[in-house]
Amino acid sequence: MKDATNKGNGLVPQGGAPYLEFRDVLFAYGAHTVVENLTLKVERGEFAAILGPNGSGKTTLLKLALGLLTPSRGEVLIIGSPPEKFREWGRVGYVPQRLDSSQADYPATAFEVVAQGLYRGPDPLAFLRLTSNAKVTSALGTVGVADLERKKFSALSVGQRQRVMLARALVREPDLLVLDEPVAGVDIAAEERFYALLRRLNRERGITIILVTHDIGATMSEATTVACINRTLVFHGPAHAITHHELSALYGIPMEVLLHNALHEHR
Amino acid sequence: MDIFTYDFMVRALIGGALVGLLAPAIGLFLVLRRLSLIADSLAHVALMGVAIGLATAAFPPAVALGSTSAAAFSIEQLRIRRILPGDVALAVVLYCSLAIAVVVISLANGFNVDLFSYLFGSVLTISPSDLWLVVGLAIVVAAFVAVFYTELSQTSFDTDLARTTGVRVNLVSLALAVLTGATITLSMRIVGVLLVGALVVIPVMASLRLATGLRATTLLAMAIGVASAVGGIILAYYADIAASGSVVLISIGFLVIASGWSWARNRLSRAG
Repeated sequence: MKDATNKGNGLVPQGGAPYLEFRDVLFAYGAHTVVENLTLKVERGEFAAILGPNGSGKTTLLKLALGLLTPSRGEVLIIGSPPEKFREWGRVGYVPQRLDSSQADYPATAFEVVAQGLYRGPDPLAFLRLTSNAKVTSALGTVGVADLERKKFSALSVGQRQRVMLARALVREPDLLVLDEPVAGVDIAAEERFYALLRRLNRERGITIILVTHDIGATMSEATTVACINRTLVFHGPAHAITHHELSALYGIPMEVLLHNALHEHR
Repeated sequence: MDIFTYDFMVRALIGGALVGLLAPAIGLFLVLRRLSLIADSLAHVALMGVAIGLATAAFPPAVALGSTSAAAFSIEQLRIRRILPGDVALAVVLYCSLAIAVVVISLANGFNVDLFSYLFGSVLTISPSDLWLVVGLAIVVAAFVAVFYTELSQTSFDTDLARTTGVRVNLVSLALAVLTGATITLSMRIVGVLLVGALVVIPVMASLRLATGLRATTLLAMAIGVASAVGGIILAYYADIAASGSVVLISIGFLVIASGWSWARNRLSRAG
């Protein structure tokens, strides 16, 4: 029974179903097709970067994976289950690109935001209880912002907020971390530290990471596999195997330009 | 303190304090989700319920409670099923119920005094049975906010994130809308249909300018709500003015002071 989900697939390592699987997925808003013929697998332990230009369907892919959107056709599986039947959300940490409340002066402290990640169902005493928590303090320490615990979340810088959101995901002790453009609007040094932290979490804690980004340079050095998306899967394989040809096809411009920009951005 | 020797004043102060406590507790999550107009829409639905209740000789607050629950449910369904955008659904419900209220009132040839007491509030004429209804609803609303505090916080922070954390967002939103209706109904006698939205929103706005932390903001908003309600009723008694007006004006006073304080604090921190 244990291998029932693995049949017809010689690549699955021991440990069961892939953490994320798309089987011939099509998603459209009305007549506008966002992704089509998308077949993709992310196995346990991978640090997978999902790469693509703006409007290529990357964020849609994540929302499909998390059950926030339903495919028009095809099948999506997260840790072996369709998202609408998936009940182990405690194993998943999600860091969205933007928040509903990001324009407002949302009053929560960094502590309160991270403590939300501890959610395990209704708790009648939550209002009385949540003033300090060792797990929250430790998660804020892991991402290097322990000193911001009592600060108002909405008053923090973009980079600090991203770290707090990562701490909110980590406090759940997830097996799978899903991040949507986590370094958008962050300066280069902070960006490099952020990627290094993700690589450490992947290697040391064995957390599977799915990272959506349009940033080529950094992902090449940190990710283990790269999936390039432009409405459909253009390339999928180890990060080092990607060729100039594929990247050029993906972005529609010569690779030299892209690499130049990537190097320039990371100087 | 001779005012406590009158039963009607004691009832008014208890009712006022409960409303002042709970309207901002619900209001915080409405304001954070940019849904504060739902309070106004449901207040007009409550008015329709009162008009129907008076015309049919039923207990008006009960009809109001039924109407606001049904309307809250409909608004949420229209929004979740994307039949209408949220703000349009609120506007449609507001005008639809107001129009029905006007028609019912004209059919019954007006209710003058009774209707006026719901429109503008009449805290000094709260009967013991009115007060029991207020107490009952207050317990339900308080229990909801306390038990589902985490779910409400998560949903107001980010709905997608709340979903992936395992929160049943649509259910929480629906319950919030229905209990907003209950809060409106229990506040109606104190501040009246026309001003009930103020008590839901203004103490929250004041608190957001002063407090750091969601929990601290919740508690401060409730404190400002109680101070406004109790202060307003006492002022109304001594100055012989309409309590609904004085309650709301005091809460606006808190908002002005809070805004001034936060402005001054920002100036100082920038200068220093």
